[in-house]
Amino acid sequence: MADEHKEIDALTGTATTGHDWDGIRELNTPLPRWWLWLFYITIVWAIGYWIVYPAWPLLTSSTEGVFGWHSRSAIIGDIEQLKLLRGPMMDKLTNASLTEIAGDPLLLDFARAQGRAAFADNCAPCHGAGGGGGKGYPDLNDDDWLWGGKLADIEQTIRHGARGGDTDGHQGNMPAFGRDNILKPNQISAVADYVRSLSGLSTERGADLALGKKVFADNCALCHGPEGKGNRDLGAPNLTDKLWFYGSDKEIIMQGVTNGRGGVMPAWGGRLSDSTIKALTVYVHSLGGGEK
Amino acid sequence: MIVQSVRTMSLDQAHEAPALARLVAAAEVGGAPPDDEIPLYAPRRKIYPQSVHGTFRTIKWAAVVVTLGIYYLLPFVRWDRGANAPSQAVLIDFPNSRFYFFFIEIWPQEVYYLTGLLILAAMILFLMNAVAGRVWCGYLCPQTVWTDLFFAIERLVEGDRREHMQRDRQAWTIETYARKGVKHFLWLMVAWWTGGAWVLYFADAPTLVKELATGEAPFVAYAWIGILTFTTYTLAGHMREQVCLYMCPWPRIQAALTDEFALNVTYRYDRGEPRCSAKKAEQLRAQGQPAGDCVDCLQCVHVCPTGVDIRGGADLGCIQCGLCIDACDNVMTKLGRATGLIAYDTDINITRRIEGKQPFVKMMRLRTALYAFVITVAGSVMLYTLATRDSEGISVIHDRNPMFVRLSDGALRNGYTIRIVNKRLQKREFIMGFDGLPATLIDFVGLPPRGDGQMLLDVGPDQTREVRVLVTDYGARPLPSTPIIFRLTDVATGKQTEASDHFFGP
Repeated sequence: MADEHKEIDALTGTATTGHDWDGIRELNTPLPRWWLWLFYITIVWAIGYWIVYPAWPLLTSSTEGVFGWHSRSAIIGDIEQLKLLRGPMMDKLTNASLTEIAGDPLLLDFARAQGRAAFADNCAPCHGAGGGGGKGYPDLNDDDWLWGGKLADIEQTIRHGARGGDTDGHQGNMPAFGRDNILKPNQISAVADYVRSLSGLSTERGADLALGKKVFADNCALCHGPEGKGNRDLGAPNLTDKLWFYGSDKEIIMQGVTNGRGGVMPAWGGRLSDSTIKALTVYVHSLGGGEK
Repeated sequence: MIVQSVRTMSLDQAHEAPALARLVAAAEVGGAPPDDEIPLYAPRRKIYPQSVHGTFRTIKWAAVVVTLGIYYLLPFVRWDRGANAPSQAVLIDFPNSRFYFFFIEIWPQEVYYLTGLLILAAMILFLMNAVAGRVWCGYLCPQTVWTDLFFAIERLVEGDRREHMQRDRQAWTIETYARKGVKHFLWLMVAWWTGGAWVLYFADAPTLVKELATGEAPFVAYAWIGILTFTTYTLAGHMREQVCLYMCPWPRIQAALTDEFALNVTYRYDRGEPRCSAKKAEQLRAQGQPAGDCVDCLQCVHVCPTGVDIRGGADLGCIQCGLCIDACDNVMTKLGRATGLIAYDTDINITRRIEGKQPFVKMMRLRTALYAFVITVAGSVMLYTLATRDSEGISVIHDRNPMFVRLSDGALRNGYTIRIVNKRLQKREFIMGFDGLPATLIDFVGLPPRGDGQMLLDVGPDQTREVRVLVTDYGARPLPSTPIIFRLTDVATGKQTEASDHFFGP
């Protein structure tokens, strides 16, 4: 090694490392000493970090750091800060009635922004990110409402849910006409055809619409109305419009008549704050289907 | 380690390398390592630059005064924008996401102007380099400017090179400590002022100064003053030429970007060599032997802020500030010889003079033309976009989920979120129109309906407004996708802005 180190590059006068790669050699230029100091400083800095911030994992926790700083407490601080920032608008939202919110464009914007976030957190899993719904989960953008589309109706549904165990919530099931032997298979088939005919959909050839009409009048009209227009008190859908909650195929309708329906919407009253429920109400109302 | 391929070194690098080797060799004088051991770390060689007077020193003083003057005082320049905007000429307003520069106001989405500025800055740097080498390094770089100021303070307190060196070499007396104490205090004051000026660009300067003085300023302001004080004091006071030699990437990039026609601070060895004293030169010349103009007085080395001997050729450590030119010119004048032994020149000219040809300066080259062209194009594009940019804007986002909604009567509905931008500093009114579908109804959520499908919307000064729009189509056979247009008309001027989107069906 010593011999190699002595090799001096003729052009520069600097020693080389003595390594030779196909005739290419490396000058052995020393680093400035302050680079070394900088390296030691980074080590000291790291030790400082251990002392100041939570660093070392212990069996069930970690070292706390001298200032007790923690990312969780920092987040909590940030949220408090945000609450403070939103304070005046939030107070306004808390104290305003639903109609007052709807009438104040600034407050409406604020409520909708709040509502959008709350919707994504709580409602999107069933109703979809934009409230588009799915089979058995209502589309909240359209103008068809099971339990009513006025602001107060929507708030009621959000607060107390439907068939979710809340005594103030919406009640009423579609009975299982087939499974409980109330209707015979031919009656179910006939009533399914009749229901399709209500909204102008095609019926199967040879369908007994007269039987279907009678079965409907005897069994379904109680909830869905004599003309099949539905009843929002019972959550019975309007069967004459173009929208289908579970689907418009005869097979699907027969499934519903045979086994009944009874989708559950949880009651959010105890879980979300009043102002959040208000914001959600206004947001859902503004999606496009809100009724006056 | 500085990895260098010895055999593939270019001529320029070959000139640089000895100087670096000399730096290292000089650095090793302190602790002599064993014969066959190369030390891994080299101690710093302290540089005591001597004061000098002359053209380039004057230019450098002017650069210091102008650049620092701008930096320290610009935040206090006022610019009246009316009631709805700050009255500071240059302000980076992070809380409100605005950047103000005199008559220009930049919104966050216009950050591409910053891209344009960076392109311009890079190209101007390259052009300066192609014309006259490291102009940036020598006169304009903050590291150079602040170091220059710190050198001046050091000379003021500790004396010029000779006095300072002598005092450092002798046993330190109370006076030595006192002088050093005063120097560091003054340095810290300058550094502190530097940090103080920095934060003024981010808030209303007079207000912030008052808050800082009374301890009411936000913590982050004090923190930034602290950081900038520390970096200025460290970099300009202690790191100095080390920043240029080891930390800055530009010398490396610059060496790769330069060419043989660029003017560099050059020792004209055709005239200077062989070096000999004035007396000896007379004798030699009397005997008809060659004698150079360089009297080896080392003035050029003593005034150099990075400790370079320019007579070794182009050098990585040379920031081309021209102080050695001033020093040499002064000596040459005293000796009654022509100035310009060290000057902005090229190696080509030296060779040509040796060969008896006329030296020349070639400014117009493909390189300089290309840089100038890119600067012109980028500058023009920026100016054009700046001059013609709209003071209003409309953008549309179509609902993604659901793409379309079927209503109970069979109609189709699409939802859109529209954002209207008003960049003026006054409240403005717009009429929103819609085109593209024959049988449609347009609803503005939360706003009273209008039969004509249009809506009067006002947007506050320097603000945006978001409206949710529902478009319902009662057409018999909807297409999977129909192009539509939202049109915004400024009520006051009649100017129209459009945003196109689509109406989706099954």
